[in-house]
Amino acid sequence: MNTSAISPAAKRKPRRRPPIAGIIGIAIVAFWLLMALIGPYLASHGVGGTTSDDVFAPMSLQYPLGTDYLGRDMLSRILHGAPYTIGVALAGVLVASIGGTMLALFAAALGGWFDAIVSRIIDVKISIPSKLLALIIIAAFGASIPVLILTAGVGYMAGSYRIARALAVNVQAMDYVQAARARGEGLLYITLFEMLPNMFRPVLADFGLRFVFIVLMLSGMSFLGLGVQPPEADWGSLVRENIIGLSEGAPAVIIPAIAIATLTIGVNMAIDSFAGRKRRGSEA
Amino acid sequence: MNRTTLRLIISRLCIGALTLLAVSVVIFTITNLLPGDAAQALLGQETTPELLAALREKFGLDKPAYVRYFLWLGGLLTGNPGIALANGLPVADLIGGRLPNSLMLAAATTAVSVPVALAIGITSAMYRGSLYDRTVNVATVWTVSVPEFLIATVAVLIFAVKLRWLSALSRTDDIATFGQFLKVYAMPVMTLCCVIVAQMARMTRAAVIDQLNSSYIEMARLKGVRPIRMVLTHALPNAIGPIANAVALSLSYLIGGVIIVESIFNYPGIASLMVDSVTMRDMPVVQACAMIFCAGYLVLLTVADLCAILSNPRLRK
Repeated sequence: MNTSAISPAAKRKPRRRPPIAGIIGIAIVAFWLLMALIGPYLASHGVGGTTSDDVFAPMSLQYPLGTDYLGRDMLSRILHGAPYTIGVALAGVLVASIGGTMLALFAAALGGWFDAIVSRIIDVKISIPSKLLALIIIAAFGASIPVLILTAGVGYMAGSYRIARALAVNVQAMDYVQAARARGEGLLYITLFEMLPNMFRPVLADFGLRFVFIVLMLSGMSFLGLGVQPPEADWGSLVRENIIGLSEGAPAVIIPAIAIATLTIGVNMAIDSFAGRKRRGSEA
Repeated sequence: MNRTTLRLIISRLCIGALTLLAVSVVIFTITNLLPGDAAQALLGQETTPELLAALREKFGLDKPAYVRYFLWLGGLLTGNPGIALANGLPVADLIGGRLPNSLMLAAATTAVSVPVALAIGITSAMYRGSLYDRTVNVATVWTVSVPEFLIATVAVLIFAVKLRWLSALSRTDDIATFGQFLKVYAMPVMTLCCVIVAQMARMTRAAVIDQLNSSYIEMARLKGVRPIRMVLTHALPNAIGPIANAVALSLSYLIGGVIIVESIFNYPGIASLMVDSVTMRDMPVVQACAMIFCAGYLVLLTVADLCAILSNPRLRK
């Protein structure tokens, strides 16, 4: 605002660059989502099939990403791991985001004691770091995929609630919400059809960011041996099981970690261009 | 300091204490939800009901849950959080042996990351929109969005495998000289710093830019103050509160990071103790470690809030 008064050219600045980063980000995310669906069918080797006598082989034409600690094809391992890393995180973020957003909508629309109680519970939840909560839950219930999804969902619901509630409190004061209320619309109609569409974009951006957090948390847990359990393996478990190859500089250790990094950075790039577009939209 | 400020500070401290109490209820509830208890876990499947009952009485497990909660809470407060199931040692001894190591790691990380992060954050705010600023921006986003173990494994690959400067494992017992200290701490601290610095630099940049957008800075600019002087003498003194807030908030990321980093480097701190105990489902140790981490986290959050309260010029006299 201040700068535009001094130099009128500054106003045109954001339009100059096309969102290349955003397009790349969306392409990466789309690629991995596709791999989560069809990856296991593309893999040239089965889940457990030992295919080579050479453990921790470097990258070659036959094994594009090398082999792991049992001599299995790394590319196939990554493809088989994709549904776990992406699927479990996606299920977790759906629980967290839908749960958090719905609670926030209700809290904002109802106000009063409901809002007060939910907000206090969320305050307590926010005082427990998510990774720590995950450790406690896994210690109590063991690591299985439903527990992991629930852990991610419960652990990251609080953050999603806070963001959504801050948005919803503003939206619910709008005239059209008051009008709907005066018409005598039900709570579900007001929250889902009047309030949610007007805060959808930031909620969606938060969904992406939370997906990144959950992917990182779940990979961290698998890396510690507390996430997806063998024989199933997500990318975090792949790093763990190959960690002894680190001293040889085997690609098997780094490749799964890089796969995670491409996914999370891709989502971030997509969100950034998305948020940028929103900012431009609000300025116009 | 006037009375309003004092009241705000006291109420913030009370909220912190109450939250910690609520957190202890949550931790106790989650770890006691499943049927089966410590006595059963200790004796295994092949046991007689008499033995089980005797051991339950010894641990106080025959009492109702709320009584056990208060016993546990009392134990925590008096420094006696129970006995580890895995080896029968007092939890306090296990933690006491490892807590100094973790605090040392946290202190070393803080000492390195705070100056680096402030320098990066303030300079990128000064040269906002420049190539430097955009590079920092991309680098910090990428750093916070990759897993800690990627940073750690790449560090091991470069410094321990290729260059052979450092050892991949941390052994704290053979530190005699400063050189050895550096060798042991370099990689864990480096890995933790990456994440913390990225977070802190972003928040510092935001805090400084917030000040740079205010009208007194515009006044200074119109007056013809040079940019460096404008940032250092006009904006920074007013940004100190928000920056302190950002530092405390970013340091709370230590707690997530340290869990992974201690395990990777086999560093004998309480985070690796907690991970091992989770693997063995050694509940008394898990509960006690969880409480220590939550307490540390809450202290940092409270300090962040106190910085924000104290730096609010409306409350100054």
